[in-house]
Amino acid sequence: MNVQQRSGSGPLVQSPRSPSSQSPYLTVSVSDPAKMGNGVQAYISYKVITKTNLPEYEGPEKIVIRRYSDFVWLRDRLFEKYKGVFIPPLPEKSTVEKFRFSAEFIEMRRQALDVFVNRIASHHELQQSEDLRIFLQADEQTMERARSQETGIFKKKPADLMQIFKDVQSKVSDVVLGKEKPVEESNPEYEKLKNYIFQLEDHLAEAQKHAYRLVKRHRELGQSLSDFGKVVKLLANCEGNALGKAFTELGAKSEILSIKLQKEAHHLLMNFEEPLKDYVRAVQSIKATIAERANAFRHHYELAEAIKFKEIDMNKLRLTRSEKLGEAEHEYEELKADGAEAARRFDRIVKLMNEEIVRFQEQKTLDMGLAFHEFAKGQARLANSIAEAWRSLLPKLEACSSA
Amino acid sequence: MMGSENNNLPGKGDEEEEEFYHPLSTADQMQTLTLDGDDDYHSLNDDVSASKSYSNYRSAMTTISSSVAEHPLLPPPSIATTPAVADPLLFPPQNPSLDSPSYADVIFSPFHDRFPESNGNGEISGEVTVSSPGSQSSSSEYLNIIVSNPQKEVESSNSIVPGGNTYVTYLITTSTNVSDYGGSDFSVRRRFKDVVTLSDRLSEGYRGFFIPPRPDKSVVESQVMQKQDFVEQRRVELEKYLRRLARHPVIKKSDELRVFLTVQGRMPLPTSIDVASRMLDGAVRLPKQLLGESRSVVEPQDVVHPAKGGRDMLRFFKELKQSVVNDWGNSRPPVEEEDKEFLEKKEKLWDLEQQLTNASKQAESLVKAQQDMGEVMGELGLAFIKLTKFENEQAALNTQRVRAADMKSVATAAVKASRLYRELNAQTVKHFDTLHEYMGLMLAVHNAFSDRSSALLTVQTLISELSSLHSRAEKLETASSKIFGDDKSRIRKLEDLRDAIRVTEDAKSCAVREYERIKENNRGEIERLDRERQADFVNMLKGFVVNQAEFKSIFMKNTRVASNSCAGRSKILFIIAFSITKIYRATHYLQLLGALLASW
Repeated sequence: MNVQQRSGSGPLVQSPRSPSSQSPYLTVSVSDPAKMGNGVQAYISYKVITKTNLPEYEGPEKIVIRRYSDFVWLRDRLFEKYKGVFIPPLPEKSTVEKFRFSAEFIEMRRQALDVFVNRIASHHELQQSEDLRIFLQADEQTMERARSQETGIFKKKPADLMQIFKDVQSKVSDVVLGKEKPVEESNPEYEKLKNYIFQLEDHLAEAQKHAYRLVKRHRELGQSLSDFGKVVKLLANCEGNALGKAFTELGAKSEILSIKLQKEAHHLLMNFEEPLKDYVRAVQSIKATIAERANAFRHHYELAEAIKFKEIDMNKLRLTRSEKLGEAEHEYEELKADGAEAARRFDRIVKLMNEEIVRFQEQKTLDMGLAFHEFAKGQARLANSIAEAWRSLLPKLEACSSA
Repeated sequence: MMGSENNNLPGKGDEEEEEFYHPLSTADQMQTLTLDGDDDYHSLNDDVSASKSYSNYRSAMTTISSSVAEHPLLPPPSIATTPAVADPLLFPPQNPSLDSPSYADVIFSPFHDRFPESNGNGEISGEVTVSSPGSQSSSSEYLNIIVSNPQKEVESSNSIVPGGNTYVTYLITTSTNVSDYGGSDFSVRRRFKDVVTLSDRLSEGYRGFFIPPRPDKSVVESQVMQKQDFVEQRRVELEKYLRRLARHPVIKKSDELRVFLTVQGRMPLPTSIDVASRMLDGAVRLPKQLLGESRSVVEPQDVVHPAKGGRDMLRFFKELKQSVVNDWGNSRPPVEEEDKEFLEKKEKLWDLEQQLTNASKQAESLVKAQQDMGEVMGELGLAFIKLTKFENEQAALNTQRVRAADMKSVATAAVKASRLYRELNAQTVKHFDTLHEYMGLMLAVHNAFSDRSSALLTVQTLISELSSLHSRAEKLETASSKIFGDDKSRIRKLEDLRDAIRVTEDAKSCAVREYERIKENNRGEIERLDRERQADFVNMLKGFVVNQAEFKSIFMKNTRVASNSCAGRSKILFIIAFSITKIYRATHYLQLLGALLASW
């Protein structure tokens, strides 16, 4: 199945509790888009079918109905909980109203959502997520409740809001104190990676843009051939006998080829341009993870700084035998615990990212290899049909000149 | 500017001009794509169908329009080594007396310009020798014309205005073996005004023929365009025009053309005095005519010229009245266009004109769409090449190198495709040129048919005139028979009338003869048009179709190579990776594989 190929390493969950000889599996499919509601509030719903033999999940098969915002919820929850992992990217929200319900857009989105869920299901960390279970199994009301809790400003928990304020605060004070650059890791390899990611995004975006234009050109050429065919058929009426027939044939072949071109345009869109776009999205997701790592680092660094200052304070208090010493010692312990926690979090992110990068590169090599193969195959096929179609006209034309 | 094309005339049915192409003589025209290890052209044989006709394409395919040379992506030209198996001059076809060229000959025409252009220096690279296949008999005639070397000259007039006018002259070089010309090479300088004169004289002298229309005066364009561009554009148009004249079976034998091409210095053709002064002359004469002081009857010799442009205003008005009577009068005109066949053909030709216009427009947009496609392909290829470089430079893992390699093969295919499209388009444009040529010819057809109708109008007018003269004469006679006595003035009037009747009778006979002559010209030309159009369109279609098929074949082979390399790597990677990760949850095995395969 195309889907499985794109997610690379197949669906695999090793549950330590399963004694059975049957290997554990978890596959998901997103299908049957259906328009729900009316007017401005209309939206598309998808059928999400889960097939699994894992004990945490209900039954061999479970079907739920989900909409795009549910997928967004899942992505956001995973992003919060699994810092350091490259969360699979989601297809974009549609910006142009006109295309929101076009068949092509819906199909592209469905395909992308299918890939999204399967990638999560086959990621050894993410597949254990509670939120994934909720997403795949909860009934619609539960899902809606969960989703609405996360919308808007309530998306960020109070602790997160505090963190944001602190970040702004420190940024401002940094600038005021003359420390313009925010605190960053001084890890040359990591710097290289960041550079790589940022540049990669630019290159990919350009390639994707051209891929999209190529699709458009295929459509335009198809249209042009169709118009040409029609006109040539009319011209056939002005000419007699053999030549007229030749013109008619030419017109007919033009129209056939026009259809082939349209088909190839669609094929290119789905199997070449879309994977490229997916690649771009993946890189953007990595950028988000990079930002998270930077946050974690800064947090860890600031705590380390705070601990240092606290130690100095404490020693001062010790010397003066102040009664505040006890309190200070208590705070010091707390800070150290926080610091250790922050350090742990940061280290975990670093470790995860290292694994993720390797996985990402391998995944992309597979994905792109397939996409290029499809591209070349499609083009070769198209060129072949075109060559054959035109060649088939030669006998008729030969008849004309000998007539 | 397409500097160096080889030319070939498609099957023109009978007679003279068959130009043949020497594939090997112009090495600089041959280019092959030399993007890593591509033997497309040489291996074309293997895949292409075994039929004899296709083996001829081999050599033709290696010669691609040199217009491609401007593109930065292209490698420098190299000489193709495939022999020209079907070179007709080396292997003359079995029956040289064949009217229509054999299929092998026709193959070459699609790839080469029917109307080869010279570059501005008066050279056409490649040989332009024209001879019918295998035979060098004296019945084969040629008339080759090159327009080149535009120069500014000052009009040295004796006018009061100092400084004078500047105008551009063009060097017109002719080489011919037509005996009437009395020589084989000529070189004259002509300005555009001379061309206008030539064109006017031809229209007068060859009424009823499909005379190729001359280039426009382009008054606006000459002001708006850059001087150089405009002059170059005009040079090209003049050359095309003169060559078309030289190809017309009747016109090429004309004195007017010969004089234009050969006589040094000022051209001895009577210049077309502008319409205004002619009308003025006519207006001056008119009152005299009405008062009977000047001749009011049409002289027989004048009858062969149309009334419209001439000095005889009275005749012009008489014919105008006649045409009104024809259209609005209650009675039928004295003589009518009865030739049903002609009327049918005329209708069909107008229909053809309409369809040609549409086809021409669609052909242009098809070419544009093809061009756009080629451009985007190239850009896509370049973007991927950049990506490939980037990945290779930054590769920290082997999988990246593997991916870069895949990308490179696709990028290469895309860039090659882009080049192919460019070349394909250059050829396609030339093929569709046929459509545009015939559209231009339609104008000539319109003119020829209006020659016919104005000649008919002259006949009709003269017949009406005659009948009115006769009735006036009758009236006078019956009147004089009633009244006795010699009424000197009446007798004189009667004599004048009888005189006028005689002259008008003569004029009428002349007019009728002229009309018949024009009808005959029309008929011959229509037949020629149908015949030549048939052949030209067949060639156009063949050329287009063959072109497309060949280019697409090459394209297909290119991309198949790319697809195999990607498929191979990714399929095997996938299979192995999948099976390994089924057993171990170890992603580092993939890395190992990547390394293995990168060395693949």
